[in-house]
Amino acid sequence: MIAAFAGILACQLAGEFVVHAFALPLPGPVLGMFLLFAFLVLRGGGGAVPHKLGDAADGLLGHLSLLFVPASVGLMRYLDALAANALTVILAVALSTALAQAATALTFRLLARSEPMSKP
Amino acid sequence: MIPTLLKPHPEVWVYLAASPLSWLTLTLAAYLVADRVSIACKRHPAANLVALAAIFIILALKASGTSYETYFAGAQFIHFLLGPATVALAVPLYRNLERVRATALPIAAALGVGSLVAIVSAVAIARLLGAPHEIVASLAPKSVTSPIAMGLAEKLGGAPFLTAALVIATGVFGGVILTPLMRALRITDPAAVGMAAGLASHGIGAARAFQIDSTAGAFAGIAMGLNGAFTSVILPLIRPLLGM
Repeated sequence: MIAAFAGILACQLAGEFVVHAFALPLPGPVLGMFLLFAFLVLRGGGGAVPHKLGDAADGLLGHLSLLFVPASVGLMRYLDALAANALTVILAVALSTALAQAATALTFRLLARSEPMSKP
Repeated sequence: MIPTLLKPHPEVWVYLAASPLSWLTLTLAAYLVADRVSIACKRHPAANLVALAAIFIILALKASGTSYETYFAGAQFIHFLLGPATVALAVPLYRNLERVRATALPIAAALGVGSLVAIVSAVAIARLLGAPHEIVASLAPKSVTSPIAMGLAEKLGGAPFLTAALVIATGVFGGVILTPLMRALRITDPAAVGMAAGLASHGIGAARAFQIDSTAGAFAGIAMGLNGAFTSVILPLIRPLLGM
């Protein structure tokens, strides 16, 4: 468990290092995700992840919502700025988010259908 | 003698208010209450966990006259885990390797279309409603994870912290509408639902996708990562077309 968590932190650290060293427009943890993914692909487990790494990841992701709570409370600092443009902001966020979700899902479905999932 | 013994020393509140322990406990307690409310609402999508917990905490902070900075000094220990959790998204992604490989083309196409719709529609709607430039620029990258969105908005002439607030609002709203919208569009494939959640509403959307299905969560993770990268490349390129 400790080793798995250390591995996850090492990926994040490597991600942060590369992002800052090369001034990439990406957050370190996102690059860290791609690094861990690359490690798992190179290790070759046919879709199976080491047990302890799997447990650590499931533990972190099982309550992902909780981890967003502290940042979301930060909304309280911008309530005035948001209220001043409330209608615009609400309509733009709501409509645009719905349109983006619909466009993404419909595009995916359209092409995933023409390229059947069934294995030969 | 006894009453004075039972009466806590007033400084205890000063001490506890400054200690990370109180705000960590409040965060976990608010989340647990939010989870109970969500269960009582039969997991109705409108009873969003992040939104409910944040509302409870904001009310508690306002009632006690506590600043966000004081709160965050304690809650940052939970906030920190977002980094490792983002890295951990590689695990469900790898478990779905076969599926991801087989759907590389739909993923790429959905990324391109969804990302452009997210940017252009936000800018167009805000413009149409006569929003000032600062708001329009802060809205443009609203669908990507906040560290990326803040940097992008700043380059466009937006306000980074306003962007962070809009990113959160987008995530919460995206989590709330995800299942009703997908049901209305008759989309049942968890991969398509996850792509939509992660692309349009980043990590908070991904958190919602994980509640639905682990495959949906895996695709939300990849969509969030890819859209962060794609938006940071495409937004500066289409900037002249957006008139910014």
